Amino acid sequence: MADLAIDPRMELNPPLVQGGMTYADVTEKVAAITEQAPPKQWYIALAISMLLAGVLFASLGYLVATGIGVWGNNSPVGWGWDITNFVWWIGIGHAGTLISAILFLFRQRWRTSINRAAEAMTLFAVACAGIYPLFHTGRPWRAAYWLFPMPNEALNMWQNFRSPLMWDVFAVSTYATVSALFWYVGLIPDLATLRDRAKTRIRQVIFGIMSFGWRGGARQWRHYELAYLLLAGLSTPLVLSVHSIVSFDFATSVIPGWHTTIFPPYFVAGAIFSGFAMVVTLMVGARYLYNLQDLITIKHLENMCKVMLATGMMVGFAYGTEFFIAWYSANPFERYAFVNRAFGPYWWAYWSMIICNVVSPQFFWFKRFRTSIPVMFVLSIFINIGMWFERFVIIATSLHRDFLPSSWGYFSPTIIDISTFVGTMGLFMTLFLLFLRFLPAIAISEVKGVLHQQINDQKGMAH
Amino acid sequence: MSDLIQINPQGVTGQKYWRSLDALEHSPEFNRWVEREFQENASEMLESGSRRNLLKLMAASFGLAGATACRRPVETILPHAKGVETIVHGKPVHYATAFSTGGAATGLIVQCHDGRPTKVEGNPRHPYALGATNAHAQALVLGLYDPDRAKLVHKGAARSSWDEFFGWALKSLTAEAAGDGAGVRILAERSSSPTLESVKGEWAKKFPAAQWVEYDAVTFDNPRAGAEMAFGQPLEPHYQFDKADVVLALDADFLGLDSTSVLPIKQFSSRRRVETPESGMNRLYAAESNYTLTGAMADHRVRVRASEIGSLALALARELNVSGAELKVLGNTSGNSQKFIAAVARDLAAHRGRCVVVAGPRQPAPVHALVALINQALGNIGATVVYTRPVVANPTSSLAQVQQLTEDLNSGKVKTLIILGGNPVYALPGGLAFGEAMKKAGATIALTAEENETWHAAEWRLPETHPFEAWGDARALNGLASIQQPLIAPLYDGKSALEVASALVRGERPSGHDLVKAHWSAQWGGEAVKRWQKALYDGFVEGTEFPVQSPSAAIPAVLAKVQEALKTPADGWEVVFFPSAATWDGRFANNAWMQEAPDPMTKLVWDNAALLSPASARELGVKDGDYLTISVNGREIKAPAMVQPGHADKSVSLSLGYGRAACGRVGQGVGHGVEPLRTVNGFTIAAGANVKRDGGKYKLVTTQEHHSMEGRAIVLEAALATYREHPDHFEHMVHSPPRVSMYSGFDYSQGYQWGMAIDLTSCIGCNACVVACQSENNIAVVGKDQVFRGREMHWIRMDRYYTGSEEDPQVVTQPMACQQCENAPCESVCPVAATVHSPEGLNDMAYNRCVGTRYCANNCPYKVRRFNFLNYHKGIEETTKMVFNPDVTVRMRGVMEKCTYCVQRIQEKKIDAKAQGRRTLADGEVVSACQQVCPADAIAFGNINDPESRVSKLKAQQRDYELLEELNTRPRTTYLAKLRNPNPELA
Repeated sequence: MADLAIDPRMELNPPLVQGGMTYADVTEKVAAITEQAPPKQWYIALAISMLLAGVLFASLGYLVATGIGVWGNNSPVGWGWDITNFVWWIGIGHAGTLISAILFLFRQRWRTSINRAAEAMTLFAVACAGIYPLFHTGRPWRAAYWLFPMPNEALNMWQNFRSPLMWDVFAVSTYATVSALFWYVGLIPDLATLRDRAKTRIRQVIFGIMSFGWRGGARQWRHYELAYLLLAGLSTPLVLSVHSIVSFDFATSVIPGWHTTIFPPYFVAGAIFSGFAMVVTLMVGARYLYNLQDLITIKHLENMCKVMLATGMMVGFAYGTEFFIAWYSANPFERYAFVNRAFGPYWWAYWSMIICNVVSPQFFWFKRFRTSIPVMFVLSIFINIGMWFERFVIIATSLHRDFLPSSWGYFSPTIIDISTFVGTMGLFMTLFLLFLRFLPAIAISEVKGVLHQQINDQKGMAH
Repeated sequence: MSDLIQINPQGVTGQKYWRSLDALEHSPEFNRWVEREFQENASEMLESGSRRNLLKLMAASFGLAGATACRRPVETILPHAKGVETIVHGKPVHYATAFSTGGAATGLIVQCHDGRPTKVEGNPRHPYALGATNAHAQALVLGLYDPDRAKLVHKGAARSSWDEFFGWALKSLTAEAAGDGAGVRILAERSSSPTLESVKGEWAKKFPAAQWVEYDAVTFDNPRAGAEMAFGQPLEPHYQFDKADVVLALDADFLGLDSTSVLPIKQFSSRRRVETPESGMNRLYAAESNYTLTGAMADHRVRVRASEIGSLALALARELNVSGAELKVLGNTSGNSQKFIAAVARDLAAHRGRCVVVAGPRQPAPVHALVALINQALGNIGATVVYTRPVVANPTSSLAQVQQLTEDLNSGKVKTLIILGGNPVYALPGGLAFGEAMKKAGATIALTAEENETWHAAEWRLPETHPFEAWGDARALNGLASIQQPLIAPLYDGKSALEVASALVRGERPSGHDLVKAHWSAQWGGEAVKRWQKALYDGFVEGTEFPVQSPSAAIPAVLAKVQEALKTPADGWEVVFFPSAATWDGRFANNAWMQEAPDPMTKLVWDNAALLSPASARELGVKDGDYLTISVNGREIKAPAMVQPGHADKSVSLSLGYGRAACGRVGQGVGHGVEPLRTVNGFTIAAGANVKRDGGKYKLVTTQEHHSMEGRAIVLEAALATYREHPDHFEHMVHSPPRVSMYSGFDYSQGYQWGMAIDLTSCIGCNACVVACQSENNIAVVGKDQVFRGREMHWIRMDRYYTGSEEDPQVVTQPMACQQCENAPCESVCPVAATVHSPEGLNDMAYNRCVGTRYCANNCPYKVRRFNFLNYHKGIEETTKMVFNPDVTVRMRGVMEKCTYCVQRIQEKKIDAKAQGRRTLADGEVVSACQQVCPADAIAFGNINDPESRVSKLKAQQRDYELLEELNTRPRTTYLAKLRNPNPELA
């Protein structure tokens, strides 16, 4: 195989699986992670994550017992970090389904190594996001079921279907359900692999149940592929719809800075941008933790950097468009809202956003940076921060100064705002680390599909 | 506790009731039981906040939670065996009573729900109320239920009883009586009570050498002293602003804190109703140091240091040629104010007999005398200014008397000092050191409403009744007497000043009711029963007004005296003392409604500050909240600076009534006490002050942080002349796209359609509506820290904007409550449909349904929705709960609330109409709380489907506009653009 390296086609398009892995190698590499004791770093990471998750639950307990007043929310800034974090987490949850569904439909085979983890990330991010719409309400014990169209005798009334928050409830819950299904369906063949390799009774039973009697027959594969394709088709519009609908929370309002038609595409681009950034952050970590350099190759990471560059340009374009329209509309409230964004009391948030979201991805024009792990890791973190600031800028700076200057105010977070947010990161990392430990983090069967093609290509070239 | 609060050993019937032998004897155990908020040992555990105790308590709570199932609480229900004709449960009853400020009464109507006073209104028949009140009167009802009031008689720190007190006092006074009461001094608050006057007569007869001194920390003596200087007798001036076309206010906040009633606002605003572009309008000039509400209403305002007002008045007199002789020039009036004086003089001269010049009570007597002369020269006396004899005793000398009393105390002449009401230890000028002097009296007795500084300094400490608990009487400024009728039996073991004074002189203890009734019956003879009932019903005693006088002064002689008395204003800093819009002289310090009501101008809450001009602040290098050291005559205080645009340079304005050392839980330590800086000579204005920056910073909290309209069409304003020329002027000030909708919309042409119109031309921004709304709608008080976080709950926000330069801005105010939009942005975004529209056009809020997403508040362009971020009713005392209006839900944490257009009042009137078999409500039948209290009658509310209703007529005016109409929210509340009437000469 030594001569493969000089094949010009390979130079341009390096194999998706490297290190000359065989089918057995792939199985061994991925499945072994769940079967062996995890490295020491995993325990450390899990301990920290669980501690932070504990902080989350303590913060939420305090919040529910005391009231929204423990956060910094006020009048006029009715939404602060709560909805900022909600939108941020939902945005992060976008990459998984995008990678799985849209790239699957577009036959982007490089997705195979990263889709599983990205989908898991989606689920966990949506779980974190889902905390906020419930707990940001003044009376979560009521909101927990009053936001769902359940029959109720006492009030005998429906929800207000005109409210974008209602649309949110449906959009996010649908997205969470379909993402979970899609992820699980993808897991079934690999769960069967784990079942087959299981050495202990417990693993046999658990994976036996979880794999739904998968035997790997041709008929099962045929049904499976079809179901997967259908789910991919179902998920694809959801990727676009969820964040479009989340953006309606703002776009349908009357508040200058919120009331803009550009929001749906702009939010979707931003969501993909932040989602890919988070995938890169996590994959670089997982790759290092479990030595997965051959499966998650530089090519995967470079492709993701390209996506980030493209979506980063899109959000940058959106930022510019907003300013142009604010000027072009000749609406004094609109104009003030945007000038205030850039030069008002929250200027620091705005320029942090610009530097992180518009300036930092420009490095990805250069292959040198696109293929440098440290650079992309740092930049992905920058983008995560920048996208958080984007949501904060949209929510807080629009609210804090709207129409009547007499009502203007300022939002400052409290320690509970911070602990709740940091806590959701803890919850997210806890779930992700448990996922890495107990489930195949890379789609074994799909990688084998890529490997099959690769091996056949090599055979062809050997002739 | 609640079954115990009506401890009334001598009820109004004079019978002594008792509940147990302990109560009868006033045993110490019983008294302790009354005094304690919680039962024995209930609160001690919490006092040591250790973890172990907390855990113990938690465990005990859990245990007890289970235990409650074991035994039901014993409850005795005593229903009326037969219905009482006059009592319908849930149906409020109203009583007329009176409330005095500075000795002058205003008539009130107080609403009682099942025996609990819950809401104060102005008495529409009373000539000094005309249906309106100020914010302080609104807050009285909260003060009644203040759990920190003085409750039981104390001797020193030990509990005692009225019996013990009277036993001691009568013995001690009899010992004095062997002499003639020479060692007895009584220090009381200013009072105009005719009954008390007769009791004072009894005192004078029995103890001819005893001295009765009356004082007020907020003095109204100077106008009377000025009249004495001009006319030779102390007279009370009455300015009739409704008859004046041109008004000049010299350091006179007659629309705000320099009046004892709302009458001046009523009169003034009656001349600011511009029904058509042709309507006339008065013109107001103001010269003042601080920016007051009167300055804000003025068509022209100049900022002048308070100590320079005299020279300005003299310059005006010169300009008007009052004496015919040359008048001396004091100081140098700058070019700007010279131009102002010339123009004002011409305007006044052109309106002889139809103008008025008024000086504020802070100004010294010579200024008032000079103003009287100017008014006389302008032919205003008898036309726009009349005089009556004052309603208070010793009308010009209270300060001198207090000074004499302090000297007597210091020289050991006083054996017994009896303080009847008020809080002299705190409120008297620090320069007198009254608290120190008081220690030198043989015995001190203090009857106080709360356990205040004076209470703690006295030997005998007696609880005073609230005005709503005690019988009494008082005169309005023109002499019209009102019976002060109690609404509730005393909540605690209190007595009124009248009862104590009469008991001490007579040796027996007549009830306030008997005293007042006896006093009036004696005058009425055979008609007594009928007239007594009529007086109680009307709220005043007909025909008791003093005769009106139109005195005349010998101008040259008086002018010579005035010129001699007026001094050239000293250079350097001056300090001016104002009553606080919130706490007045400190008496409302423990009233949370008042503490949280934003100052009308600075919007400061829960604090006072040293107000100074932007230039002065720059000179001192201070910003808002930087501490200043202010010293006058060797006395010094520290107070945080606050920049007040439009303030006179080199002048500091300080609000009284803060920095209370002993007060209740609400007011203790709030703000900075400025009383220590006051002296007898520098009582209202102190020249020659030294102001410098001190280290340190203090957190000042305001409800409004942005003061410019940013060029937006929010408060539309124009000159009357512009409006006359272009009646459609305001229609062109806002550019709105065609307001079309995809939907056909609801048909609002049927039935009642509620709407409101607020006339910004007459609104003075006084806050009465803010507090009235708070009282009517059970609005929570959140405290300084929560206001700092932007979580105040007031349903009405009194917006105040500055226009023009920082040095000389103009001020506009705009009451901002829910606009009840027909296309309400809040309604479409609520996911649970908790805020929905009623067929009558109300934007209803269903608290039960609200889950608190706050989306509605975010989407409200007016930002008038208020969210319960925390449980703001937590820990509220049982007594305080009685203040709640039972017709309005008390909101829990986590729900949104906002103005409802007083929907409970609408429903009440609809039910009344139905019960009376009527199909329709008449215009003016439903009155919202803000409309009812408004002294300027700026708010009209009613059915906009009725073209004849007042609100429809206001809305039909061309200056009516919808705020933010370009958003197509179609608000039901509209504003009538503000008009000013500037003098073209000064424009």
